[in-house]
Amino acid sequence: MATPTLVKGARATRSTVALKIVMAVSGLVFIGYVLAHMYGNLKAFAGHDAYNDYAHHLREFGEPMLPYEGFLWVMRLVLVIALVAHVGAAVALWRRAAKARTVKYQVKKNQSSSLSSRTMRWGGLALLLFIVWHLLHFTVGKVNPSGGATNDPYNLMVESFDLWWMTVIYLLAMLALGFHLHHGTFSAIQTLGFTNTASSRARAKQAGWVLAVVVAGGFSLVPLSVLVGIIEK
Amino acid sequence: MRLTLNIWRQRDAASAGSMQKYELDGVSEDMSFLEMLDVLNEQLNEQGEEPVAFDSDCREGICGNCGLMINGQAHGPEVTTTCQLHMRSFKDGDDITIEPWRSDVFPVLRDLIVDRSAFDRIIQAGGYISANTGSAPDAHAAPVEKKKADRAFDVATCIACGACVAACPNGSASLFMGAKITHLGELPQGQPERYDRVVNMVGQHDAEGFGGCTNIGECTAACPKEIPLDVISQLNKDLRTALKQGR
Repeated sequence: MATPTLVKGARATRSTVALKIVMAVSGLVFIGYVLAHMYGNLKAFAGHDAYNDYAHHLREFGEPMLPYEGFLWVMRLVLVIALVAHVGAAVALWRRAAKARTVKYQVKKNQSSSLSSRTMRWGGLALLLFIVWHLLHFTVGKVNPSGGATNDPYNLMVESFDLWWMTVIYLLAMLALGFHLHHGTFSAIQTLGFTNTASSRARAKQAGWVLAVVVAGGFSLVPLSVLVGIIEK
Repeated sequence: MRLTLNIWRQRDAASAGSMQKYELDGVSEDMSFLEMLDVLNEQLNEQGEEPVAFDSDCREGICGNCGLMINGQAHGPEVTTTCQLHMRSFKDGDDITIEPWRSDVFPVLRDLIVDRSAFDRIIQAGGYISANTGSAPDAHAAPVEKKKADRAFDVATCIACGACVAACPNGSASLFMGAKITHLGELPQGQPERYDRVVNMVGQHDAEGFGGCTNIGECTAACPKEIPLDVISQLNKDLRTALKQGR
Protein backbone atom coordinates (compact mmCIF):
# COMPACT_ATOMS: atom_id res chain seq x y z
CA MET A 1 0.00 0.00 0.00
CA ALA A 2 3.05 2.24 0.28
CA THR A 3 3.12 4.96 -2.32
CA PRO A 4 6.41 5.63 -4.10
CA THR A 5 5.56 9.26 -4.85
CA LEU A 6 5.21 12.42 -2.83
CA VAL A 7 1.70 13.64 -2.11
CA LYS A 8 0.70 16.93 -3.73
CA GLY A 9 -1.80 19.34 -2.21
CA ALA A 10 -2.19 17.72 1.22
CA ARG A 11 -4.97 19.31 3.28
CA ALA A 12 -5.26 19.45 7.06
CA THR A 13 -9.02 18.80 6.86
CA ARG A 14 -8.53 15.50 5.05
CA SER A 15 -5.98 14.07 7.51
CA THR A 16 -6.35 11.28 10.05
CA VAL A 17 -5.57 13.86 12.72
CA ALA A 18 -8.65 15.85 11.65
CA LEU A 19 -10.71 12.65 12.09
CA LYS A 20 -9.24 12.30 15.57
CA ILE A 21 -10.15 15.91 16.37
CA VAL A 22 -13.74 15.15 15.29
CA MET A 23 -13.71 12.18 17.70
CA ALA A 24 -12.27 14.30 20.51
CA VAL A 25 -14.76 17.15 20.17
CA SER A 26 -17.80 14.86 19.81
CA GLY A 27 -16.47 12.87 22.78
CA LEU A 28 -16.33 16.04 24.89
CA VAL A 29 -19.99 16.70 23.98
CA PHE A 30 -20.83 13.24 25.35
CA ILE A 31 -18.83 13.89 28.53
CA GLY A 32 -20.86 17.07 29.13
CA TYR A 33 -24.06 15.17 28.46
CA VAL A 34 -23.36 12.21 30.76
CA LEU A 35 -22.47 14.60 33.60
CA ALA A 36 -25.82 16.41 33.20
CA HIS A 37 -27.66 13.08 32.83
CA MET A 38 -26.01 11.76 35.98
CA TYR A 39 -27.08 14.85 37.90
CA GLY A 40 -30.69 14.17 36.88
CA ASN A 41 -30.47 10.52 37.89
CA LEU A 42 -29.18 11.39 41.34
CA LYS A 43 -32.47 13.26 41.89
CA ALA A 44 -33.79 9.77 42.63
CA PHE A 45 -32.35 10.19 46.13
CA ALA A 46 -34.63 13.21 46.62
CA GLY A 47 -37.71 11.02 46.18
CA HIS A 48 -40.53 10.29 43.74
CA ASP A 49 -41.83 13.82 43.27
CA ALA A 50 -38.45 15.57 42.95
CA TYR A 51 -37.34 13.03 40.32
CA ASN A 52 -40.54 13.30 38.27
CA ASP A 53 -40.59 17.09 38.58
CA TYR A 54 -37.07 17.21 37.22
CA ALA A 55 -38.10 15.04 34.26
CA HIS A 56 -41.08 17.32 33.68
CA HIS A 57 -39.03 20.50 34.01
CA LEU A 58 -36.64 19.24 31.36
CA ARG A 59 -39.57 19.34 28.95
CA GLU A 60 -40.57 22.86 30.02
CA PHE A 61 -36.99 24.12 30.06
CA GLY A 62 -36.68 27.46 28.27
CA GLU A 63 -40.43 28.07 27.93
CA PRO A 64 -41.88 30.36 26.67
CA MET A 65 -38.79 31.16 24.57
CA LEU A 66 -38.68 27.53 23.49
CA PRO A 67 -41.72 25.34 22.71
CA TYR A 68 -42.63 22.41 25.00
CA GLU A 69 -39.78 19.84 24.78
CA GLY A 70 -37.87 22.31 22.61
CA PHE A 71 -34.75 22.15 24.76
CA LEU A 72 -34.84 18.35 24.74
CA TRP A 73 -35.04 18.26 20.95
CA VAL A 74 -32.12 20.65 20.62
CA MET A 75 -30.13 18.35 22.92
CA ARG A 76 -31.20 15.29 20.95
CA LEU A 77 -30.16 16.90 17.69
CA VAL A 78 -26.75 17.84 19.08
CA LEU A 79 -26.29 14.33 20.48
CA VAL A 80 -27.29 12.64 17.20
CA ILE A 81 -24.86 14.82 15.24
CA ALA A 82 -22.10 14.08 17.77
CA LEU A 83 -22.90 10.35 17.63
CA VAL A 84 -22.81 10.18 13.83
CA ALA A 85 -19.50 12.12 13.81
CA HIS A 86 -17.98 10.02 16.61
CA VAL A 87 -18.97 6.63 15.17
CA GLY A 88 -18.24 7.68 11.58
CA ALA A 89 -14.71 8.83 12.41
CA ALA A 90 -14.13 5.74 14.58
CA VAL A 91 -15.16 3.38 11.76
CA ALA A 92 -12.94 5.22 9.26
CA LEU A 93 -9.93 5.01 11.60
CA TRP A 94 -10.67 1.39 12.50
CA ARG A 95 -10.68 0.45 8.81
CA ARG A 96 -7.39 2.29 8.25
CA ALA A 97 -5.79 0.52 11.21
CA ALA A 98 -6.97 -2.87 9.93
CA LYS A 99 -5.40 -2.18 6.53
CA ALA A 100 -2.16 -0.88 8.02
CA ARG A 101 -1.22 -4.33 9.37
CA THR A 102 -2.77 -7.24 7.50
CA VAL A 103 -0.09 -9.76 8.55
CA LYS A 104 -0.29 -10.14 12.33
CA TYR A 105 2.55 -10.92 14.72
CA GLN A 106 2.93 -14.51 15.95
CA VAL A 107 3.84 -13.06 19.35
CA LYS A 108 2.94 -9.53 20.47
CA LYS A 109 3.26 -8.12 23.97
CA ASN A 110 1.54 -5.03 25.26
CA GLN A 111 4.07 -3.06 27.25
CA SER A 112 2.38 0.03 28.58
CA SER A 113 -1.10 0.43 27.12
CA SER A 114 -4.03 0.25 29.53
CA LEU A 115 -6.79 -2.32 29.12
CA SER A 116 -9.20 0.59 28.66
CA SER A 117 -7.19 1.96 25.73
CA ARG A 118 -7.19 -1.40 23.99
CA THR A 119 -10.93 -1.89 24.39
CA MET A 120 -12.04 1.48 22.98
CA ARG A 121 -13.44 0.06 19.75
CA TRP A 122 -15.31 -3.03 20.94
CA GLY A 123 -16.21 -1.23 24.16
CA GLY A 124 -17.58 1.63 22.11
CA LEU A 125 -19.71 -0.78 20.07
CA ALA A 126 -20.99 -2.35 23.31
CA LEU A 127 -21.95 1.14 24.53
CA LEU A 128 -23.75 1.80 21.23
CA LEU A 129 -25.82 -1.38 21.68
CA PHE A 130 -26.52 -0.36 25.26
CA ILE A 131 -27.71 3.09 24.16
CA VAL A 132 -30.19 1.47 21.76
CA TRP A 133 -31.52 -0.73 24.57
CA HIS A 134 -31.52 2.18 27.03
CA LEU A 135 -33.59 4.39 24.68
CA LEU A 136 -36.09 1.56 24.10
CA HIS A 137 -36.26 1.01 27.83
CA PHE A 138 -36.71 4.55 29.14
CA THR A 139 -37.44 6.91 26.25
CA VAL A 140 -38.95 5.51 23.07
CA GLY A 141 -40.56 2.21 24.06
CA LYS A 142 -40.85 2.72 27.82
CA VAL A 143 -40.56 -1.03 28.20
CA ASN A 144 -41.27 -2.14 31.71
CA PRO A 145 -40.39 -5.81 32.05
CA SER A 146 -42.17 -6.08 35.40
CA GLY A 147 -45.35 -4.80 33.76
CA GLY A 148 -46.10 -1.78 35.96
CA ALA A 149 -46.57 1.93 35.25
CA THR A 150 -44.57 3.29 32.35
CA ASN A 151 -45.56 6.92 32.26
CA ASP A 152 -44.20 7.59 35.71
CA PRO A 153 -40.40 7.87 35.26
CA TYR A 154 -39.58 7.26 38.93
CA ASN A 155 -41.75 4.14 39.22
CA LEU A 156 -40.51 2.80 35.89
CA MET A 157 -36.95 3.24 37.15
CA VAL A 158 -37.55 1.58 40.53
CA GLU A 159 -39.55 -1.31 39.06
CA SER A 160 -36.88 -1.90 36.44
CA PHE A 161 -34.01 -2.04 38.88
CA ASP A 162 -35.98 -4.32 41.17
CA LEU A 163 -35.18 -6.94 38.52
CA TRP A 164 -31.69 -8.31 39.18
CA TRP A 165 -30.83 -8.88 35.50
CA MET A 166 -31.80 -5.34 34.60
CA THR A 167 -29.44 -4.06 37.29
CA VAL A 168 -26.71 -6.31 35.91
CA ILE A 169 -27.15 -4.90 32.36
CA TYR A 170 -26.87 -1.34 33.62
CA LEU A 171 -23.92 -2.02 35.90
CA LEU A 172 -22.04 -3.75 33.06
CA ALA A 173 -22.82 -0.81 30.80
CA MET A 174 -21.43 1.58 33.42
CA LEU A 175 -18.28 -0.53 33.63
CA ALA A 176 -17.92 -0.19 29.85
CA LEU A 177 -18.61 3.56 30.11
CA GLY A 178 -15.98 3.91 32.85
CA PHE A 179 -13.43 2.14 30.67
CA HIS A 180 -14.33 4.28 27.66
CA LEU A 181 -14.09 7.50 29.66
CA HIS A 182 -10.81 6.49 31.33
CA HIS A 183 -8.91 6.39 28.06
CA GLY A 184 -11.26 8.60 26.03
CA THR A 185 -10.83 11.65 28.26
CA PHE A 186 -7.05 11.48 28.14
CA SER A 187 -7.08 10.68 24.44
CA ALA A 188 -9.33 13.67 23.65
CA ILE A 189 -7.08 16.07 25.58
CA GLN A 190 -3.99 14.66 23.85
CA THR A 191 -5.65 14.78 20.42
CA LEU A 192 -6.51 18.43 20.94
CA GLY A 193 -2.85 19.07 21.69
CA PHE A 194 -3.02 20.09 25.36
CA THR A 195 -0.50 17.57 26.70
CA ASN A 196 2.81 18.93 25.52
CA THR A 197 4.66 18.23 28.77
CA ALA A 198 4.99 15.20 31.03
CA SER A 199 3.10 16.97 33.83
CA SER A 200 0.17 18.00 31.64
CA ARG A 201 0.00 14.43 30.34
CA ALA A 202 -0.15 13.11 33.91
CA ARG A 203 -2.96 15.57 34.70
CA ALA A 204 -4.90 14.51 31.60
CA LYS A 205 -4.59 10.87 32.67
CA GLN A 206 -5.82 11.82 36.15
CA ALA A 207 -8.78 13.61 34.57
CA GLY A 208 -9.59 10.32 32.81
CA TRP A 209 -9.57 8.46 36.13
CA VAL A 210 -11.68 11.09 37.89
CA LEU A 211 -14.32 11.24 35.16
CA ALA A 212 -14.47 7.44 34.85
CA VAL A 213 -14.97 6.95 38.59
CA VAL A 214 -17.35 9.88 39.07
CA VAL A 215 -19.56 9.15 36.06
CA ALA A 216 -19.63 5.34 36.20
CA GLY A 217 -19.89 5.46 40.01
CA GLY A 218 -22.53 8.21 40.04
CA PHE A 219 -24.76 6.39 37.55
CA SER A 220 -24.31 3.06 39.35
CA LEU A 221 -25.42 4.50 42.71
CA VAL A 222 -29.07 4.60 41.63
CA PRO A 223 -29.55 0.94 40.51
CA LEU A 224 -27.44 -0.24 43.46
CA SER A 225 -29.55 1.78 45.87
CA VAL A 226 -32.72 0.29 44.39
CA LEU A 227 -31.19 -3.17 44.74
CA VAL A 228 -30.41 -2.75 48.43
CA GLY A 229 -33.64 -0.87 49.15
CA ILE A 230 -32.37 2.64 49.82
CA ILE A 231 -34.50 3.89 46.93
CA GLU A 232 -38.00 2.46 46.79
CA LYS A 233 -41.48 3.39 45.56
CA MET B 1 23.61 -20.74 26.57
CA ARG B 2 21.41 -22.97 24.47
CA LEU B 3 18.51 -21.30 22.66
CA THR B 4 15.57 -22.26 20.49
CA LEU B 5 14.96 -19.62 17.84
CA ASN B 6 11.71 -19.19 15.91
CA ILE B 7 12.55 -17.00 12.96
CA TRP B 8 10.44 -15.63 10.12
CA ARG B 9 11.88 -16.82 6.80
CA GLN B 10 10.72 -15.28 3.55
CA ARG B 11 12.54 -15.58 0.21
CA ASP B 12 11.50 -12.18 -1.20
CA ALA B 13 8.71 -9.64 -1.16
CA ALA B 14 6.58 -11.70 -3.54
CA SER B 15 6.88 -15.05 -1.72
CA ALA B 16 4.93 -16.25 1.26
CA GLY B 17 6.98 -16.70 4.42
CA SER B 18 6.78 -18.95 7.46
CA MET B 19 8.32 -19.43 10.89
CA GLN B 20 11.32 -21.78 11.07
CA LYS B 21 12.80 -23.33 14.18
CA TYR B 22 16.58 -23.38 14.86
CA GLU B 23 18.56 -24.77 17.79
CA LEU B 24 21.62 -22.73 18.70
CA ASP B 25 24.24 -23.79 21.23
CA GLY B 26 27.26 -22.01 22.67
CA VAL B 27 25.78 -18.55 22.88
CA SER B 28 27.66 -16.28 25.30
CA GLU B 29 25.72 -13.80 27.41
CA ASP B 30 28.23 -11.13 26.40
CA MET B 31 27.17 -11.37 22.76
CA SER B 32 24.86 -8.76 21.33
CA PHE B 33 21.64 -10.02 19.81
CA LEU B 34 23.01 -9.47 16.31
CA GLU B 35 26.23 -11.34 17.15
CA MET B 36 24.05 -14.23 18.26
CA LEU B 37 22.38 -14.12 14.81
CA ASP B 38 25.84 -13.96 13.22
CA VAL B 39 26.70 -17.21 15.04
CA LEU B 40 23.47 -18.77 13.79
CA ASN B 41 24.30 -17.71 10.24
CA GLU B 42 27.81 -19.23 10.45
CA GLN B 43 26.17 -22.45 11.54
CA LEU B 44 23.66 -22.27 8.67
CA ASN B 45 26.49 -21.57 6.19
CA GLU B 46 28.37 -24.64 7.39
CA GLN B 47 25.24 -26.73 6.91
CA GLY B 48 24.83 -25.32 3.40
CA GLU B 49 21.60 -23.54 4.33
CA GLU B 50 20.63 -20.01 3.39
CA PRO B 51 21.61 -17.60 6.22
CA VAL B 52 18.97 -15.44 7.89
CA ALA B 53 18.88 -11.97 6.31
CA PHE B 54 18.65 -9.07 8.76
CA ASP B 55 19.47 -5.37 8.60
CA SER B 56 22.33 -3.83 10.55
CA ASP B 57 24.77 -1.02 10.05
CA CYS B 58 26.43 0.89 12.90
CA ARG B 59 25.84 -1.73 15.62
CA GLU B 60 26.18 1.03 18.20
CA GLY B 61 22.56 2.06 18.52
CA ILE B 62 22.49 5.21 16.43
CA CYS B 63 21.63 4.30 12.84
CA GLY B 64 18.17 2.78 13.29
CA ASN B 65 18.67 -0.08 10.85
CA CYS B 66 18.50 -3.14 13.05
CA GLY B 67 14.90 -3.27 14.21
CA LEU B 68 13.55 -6.74 15.01
CA MET B 69 10.43 -7.91 16.80
CA ILE B 70 11.79 -10.10 19.59
CA ASN B 71 9.29 -12.14 21.62
CA GLY B 72 6.56 -9.66 20.70
CA GLN B 73 8.55 -6.57 21.71
CA ALA B 74 10.15 -4.14 19.29
CA HIS B 75 13.94 -4.32 19.87
CA GLY B 76 13.33 -6.93 22.58
CA PRO B 77 12.93 -6.62 26.34
CA GLU B 78 15.31 -3.70 27.03
CA VAL B 79 14.95 0.00 26.18
CA THR B 80 17.58 -0.01 23.46
CA THR B 81 18.16 -1.00 19.86
CA THR B 82 18.47 -4.64 18.81
CA CYS B 83 22.25 -4.26 18.26
CA GLN B 84 22.70 -2.96 21.82
CA LEU B 85 20.56 -5.72 23.31
CA HIS B 86 22.76 -8.37 24.87
CA MET B 87 22.14 -12.05 25.41
CA ARG B 88 22.41 -11.54 29.18
CA SER B 89 18.80 -10.36 28.90
CA PHE B 90 17.88 -13.99 28.08
CA LYS B 91 18.24 -17.28 29.93
CA ASP B 92 19.69 -20.63 28.94
CA GLY B 93 16.95 -22.72 27.33
CA ASP B 94 14.85 -19.74 26.25
CA ASP B 95 12.58 -19.81 23.21
CA ILE B 96 13.01 -16.61 21.22
CA THR B 97 10.58 -15.60 18.48
CA ILE B 98 12.07 -13.19 15.94
CA GLU B 99 9.85 -11.46 13.38
CA PRO B 100 10.24 -8.51 11.04
CA TRP B 101 8.38 -5.23 11.68
CA ARG B 102 4.78 -5.89 10.63
CA SER B 103 3.29 -3.02 8.68
CA ASP B 104 1.80 -3.06 5.20
CA VAL B 105 3.73 0.17 4.63
CA PHE B 106 7.01 -1.63 5.47
CA PRO B 107 6.96 -4.59 3.05
CA VAL B 108 9.25 -7.50 3.93
CA LEU B 109 12.10 -7.65 1.41
CA ARG B 110 13.64 -10.85 2.74
CA ASP B 111 13.45 -12.73 6.07
CA LEU B 112 13.74 -9.99 8.72
CA ILE B 113 14.50 -7.05 6.42
CA VAL B 114 11.75 -4.54 5.72
CA ASP B 115 11.63 -1.55 3.38
CA ARG B 116 11.25 1.60 5.51
CA SER B 117 11.53 4.10 2.66
CA ALA B 118 8.05 5.43 3.51
CA PHE B 119 9.83 7.24 6.38
CA ASP B 120 12.17 8.90 3.87
CA ARG B 121 9.18 10.16 1.89
CA ILE B 122 7.55 11.57 5.06
CA ILE B 123 10.81 13.47 5.70
CA GLN B 124 10.91 14.61 2.06
CA ALA B 125 7.33 15.87 2.42
CA GLY B 126 8.19 18.27 5.24
CA GLY B 127 10.90 17.11 7.63
CA TYR B 128 13.39 19.76 6.57
CA ILE B 129 14.16 23.47 6.77
CA SER B 130 15.08 25.65 3.81
CA ALA B 131 18.43 27.43 4.19
CA ASN B 132 20.58 29.48 1.89
CA THR B 133 23.74 27.88 0.63
CA GLY B 134 27.10 29.54 1.17
CA SER B 135 28.98 29.94 4.40
CA ALA B 136 27.17 28.73 7.50
CA PRO B 137 25.83 31.46 9.82
CA ASP B 138 27.44 31.78 13.24
CA ALA B 139 26.06 29.15 15.59
CA HIS B 140 24.97 31.82 18.10
CA ALA B 141 23.33 34.07 15.46
CA ALA B 142 19.82 32.80 16.25
CA PRO B 143 19.29 32.62 20.04
CA VAL B 144 17.22 29.65 21.25
CA GLU B 145 15.53 29.48 24.63
CA LYS B 146 17.20 26.79 26.75
CA LYS B 147 13.97 24.86 27.39
CA LYS B 148 13.16 24.75 23.68
CA ALA B 149 16.69 23.81 22.70
CA ASP B 150 16.61 20.94 25.22
CA ARG B 151 13.28 19.65 23.98
CA ALA B 152 14.37 19.91 20.34
CA PHE B 153 17.56 18.02 21.14
CA ASP B 154 15.79 15.32 23.17
CA VAL B 155 13.39 14.46 20.37
CA ALA B 156 16.04 14.86 17.65
CA THR B 157 17.50 11.62 19.02
CA CYS B 158 14.86 9.72 17.01
CA ILE B 159 16.75 7.37 14.68
CA ALA B 160 13.74 6.49 12.50
CA CYS B 161 14.08 2.78 13.28
CA GLY B 162 10.34 2.18 12.94
CA ALA B 163 9.84 0.52 16.34
CA CYS B 164 6.92 2.89 17.01
CA VAL B 165 5.11 1.66 13.88
CA ALA B 166 5.97 -1.94 14.72
CA ALA B 167 4.62 -1.69 18.26
CA CYS B 168 1.50 0.35 17.44
CA PRO B 169 -1.67 -1.75 17.14
CA ASN B 170 -2.86 0.72 14.49
CA GLY B 171 0.43 0.72 12.59
CA SER B 172 0.67 4.49 13.01
CA ALA B 173 3.88 6.47 12.53
CA SER B 174 2.70 9.35 14.72
CA LEU B 175 5.57 9.13 17.22
CA PHE B 176 8.17 9.31 14.44
CA MET B 177 6.36 12.23 12.80
CA GLY B 178 5.76 13.95 16.11
CA ALA B 179 9.47 13.73 16.95
CA LYS B 180 10.44 15.43 13.68
CA ILE B 181 7.71 18.07 13.96
CA THR B 182 8.61 18.88 17.58
CA HIS B 183 12.34 18.93 16.84
CA LEU B 184 12.01 21.47 14.01
CA GLY B 185 9.05 23.31 15.55
CA GLU B 186 10.94 24.22 18.73
CA LEU B 187 13.74 25.92 16.81
CA PRO B 188 13.69 29.35 15.13
CA GLN B 189 14.95 27.83 11.88
CA GLY B 190 11.88 25.62 11.74
CA GLN B 191 9.28 28.40 12.02
CA PRO B 192 8.77 29.59 8.40
CA GLU B 193 7.64 26.15 7.19
CA ARG B 194 6.12 24.98 10.49
CA TYR B 195 2.42 24.66 9.61
CA ASP B 196 2.91 23.51 6.02
CA ARG B 197 5.32 20.94 7.41
CA VAL B 198 2.73 19.28 9.64
CA VAL B 199 0.09 19.19 6.89
CA ASN B 200 2.47 17.79 4.28
CA MET B 201 4.02 15.20 6.60
CA VAL B 202 0.64 13.98 7.86
CA GLY B 203 -0.66 13.96 4.26
CA GLN B 204 2.24 11.74 3.20
CA HIS B 205 1.84 9.56 6.31
CA ASP B 206 -1.82 8.98 5.51
CA ALA B 207 -1.19 8.36 1.80
CA GLU B 208 1.45 5.75 2.63
CA GLY B 209 -1.23 3.81 4.52
CA PHE B 210 -0.11 4.17 8.13
CA GLY B 211 -2.94 3.99 10.66
CA GLY B 212 -4.25 6.75 12.92
CA CYS B 213 -3.06 7.32 16.48
CA THR B 214 -5.20 6.18 19.43
CA ASN B 215 -2.86 7.60 22.10
CA ILE B 216 -2.37 4.25 23.81
CA GLY B 217 1.39 4.67 24.23
CA GLU B 218 2.82 1.38 22.93
CA CYS B 219 5.09 3.41 20.61
CA THR B 220 6.83 5.35 23.33
CA ALA B 221 7.29 2.18 25.42
CA ALA B 222 9.01 0.50 22.46
CA CYS B 223 11.12 3.51 21.46
CA PRO B 224 14.84 2.83 22.03
CA LYS B 225 15.40 6.58 22.31
CA GLU B 226 12.55 7.13 24.78
CA ILE B 227 10.76 9.73 22.65
CA PRO B 228 7.86 10.82 24.90
CA LEU B 229 4.17 10.71 23.93
CA ASP B 230 3.92 14.50 24.17
CA VAL B 231 5.45 14.86 20.68
CA ILE B 232 2.16 13.45 19.33
CA SER B 233 0.28 16.12 21.27
CA GLN B 234 2.60 18.69 19.67
CA LEU B 235 1.87 17.21 16.25
CA ASN B 236 -1.87 17.43 16.94
CA LYS B 237 -1.55 20.99 18.20
CA ASP B 238 0.39 22.09 15.12
CA LEU B 239 -2.16 20.41 12.85
CA ARG B 240 -5.01 22.10 14.73
CA THR B 241 -3.28 25.45 14.21
CA ALA B 242 -2.85 24.61 10.50
CA LEU B 243 -6.59 23.81 10.33
CA LYS B 244 -7.40 27.21 11.81
CA GLN B 245 -5.15 28.83 9.23
CA GLY B 246 -7.03 26.99 6.48
CA ARG B 247 -4.02 25.02 5.24
